[in-house]
Amino acid sequence: MSYQVSLTYNLKSFFVEIGELSFFAGRFFKELFKRPFEFKELLRQCYFMGNKSLLLVAITGFIIGLVLTLQTRPTLVEFGAASWMPSMVGISIVREIGPMITALVCAGRIGSGIGAELGSMRVTEQIDAMEVSGTNPFKYLVVTRILATTLMLPLLVIVGDAIALYGSFLVENLKGNVSFMLYFNQVFDALEFGDIVPATIKSFFFGFAIGLVGCFKGYYCKKGTAGVGKAANSAVVFTSLLLFIIDFIAVFVADIFYEL
Amino acid sequence: MRKEKDIATIERRENDRSIVLQIKDLYKSFGDNHVLNGFNMKLYQGENLVIMGKSGSGKSVMIKCLVGLMEADKGIISVMNKDITQLDQNTMDDLRADIGFLFQGSALYDSMTVRENLEFPLRRHTDKFNEDMDTDELVEEALNNVGLIDAIDLMPSELSGGMKRRVALARTLILKPKIILYDEPTSGLDPITAKEIILLMQQIQETYNTSALIITHDVDCARVIADRMILLIDGINYAEGNFKDLAAMDDPKVKAFFKH
Repeated sequence: MSYQVSLTYNLKSFFVEIGELSFFAGRFFKELFKRPFEFKELLRQCYFMGNKSLLLVAITGFIIGLVLTLQTRPTLVEFGAASWMPSMVGISIVREIGPMITALVCAGRIGSGIGAELGSMRVTEQIDAMEVSGTNPFKYLVVTRILATTLMLPLLVIVGDAIALYGSFLVENLKGNVSFMLYFNQVFDALEFGDIVPATIKSFFFGFAIGLVGCFKGYYCKKGTAGVGKAANSAVVFTSLLLFIIDFIAVFVADIFYEL
Repeated sequence: MRKEKDIATIERRENDRSIVLQIKDLYKSFGDNHVLNGFNMKLYQGENLVIMGKSGSGKSVMIKCLVGLMEADKGIISVMNKDITQLDQNTMDDLRADIGFLFQGSALYDSMTVRENLEFPLRRHTDKFNEDMDTDELVEEALNNVGLIDAIDLMPSELSGGMKRRVALARTLILKPKIILYDEPTSGLDPITAKEIILLMQQIQETYNTSALIITHDVDCARVIADRMILLIDGINYAEGNFKDLAAMDDPKVKAFFKH
């Protein structure tokens, strides 16, 4: 009986949170087009998020490229299909692995950072101080951060994809003596417009989700230092879950367009 | 004889001085916890009004309702003859330029330098000053008034508790407010620094001719600074008068505040 009560309570909390998150997203769109526009803060956030995540995205992408090629190569060689390696790696990285891994890395790096930063600002009354001074804290803190993650994530995905493909090329070059030109010619021959566009659109949604959840968790952080930790942690967990849901919807919608 | 003189003084003050801030029948509850049960108060031009109460008595809730950080359940809050419960966001933000708020924990923006902290409120209220407003001049003037001009380029993390409180006071002063609300201005400070802050508050009142509402449970602070005091007990203004009158009362609830 207590298990059922607990399950009902958790489900109710989950749907309440989804509702609150939707209102939060609605407020973002409402405030987005209102003056004053905080361009300076937006640029600062874009620089901060892009610059600080670049190295992590690059390292992760490089390792993913290496591992994917090392793991797949023996099977393709066994079937005499080693020449398909660039096409296979190219398509899987550009369509799925690149955006998803970059988004997950950024959810951990940027999402938790936003949750902790806004959470500590809430706890130490800095957000209240902004409001009291007549500045709209939602516009200054939330709108700029969500916009920055939405704009920066596709760029990070492009960088991550490029480095992952370079990692894959290195393995191919060492094991199969494939030249740089040949490898990347095969990659770009295999890629179509329909592979790149949905992946790019998906990246914008991933960036939006990371910023939205991080800001939501931080902005409504409960009092106390424990609240800040909880905000940062739940921002990562909730964003990761949301990323997979968005990915599923994006693949589903893209599939419908392919069939048309 | 003296009591009659005091009453006459208060009556004359009521007639001569204008009311800058007034609360009528303020109610605020959190579930079953009724924090404010019809609280009333008036703050006169140039007056230092101290509100004392135990922790959890609703002092901070009341002051947050005053600046619109919290919504009251019932009651009228009038700031310079404007009922803030009826104001739209823009008018409220304009009015906030005339109300300074010193937070208990200083609430300095920890990602900004002292200079940027002071410049921040000016962004929204440029219309309050002349078109040829020199931001640097205003910042330097405010910091000079709190004796911290040398800290202008430091980060909040490099400041001591007393210095943070002074910078927060300078940030409050930069908009040249007509009313200053102090939320526990001496809490967390050593006795010497607390005394310095109290002296600074008096000095500021003389320089800027402000009215002040001071929330505190520091009896020494109240003794030095209060023109008039209100004891907030059980959500109402339980006792009212000057420091000496209240300290001489026989009521055990009142006495509890003044015994050392």
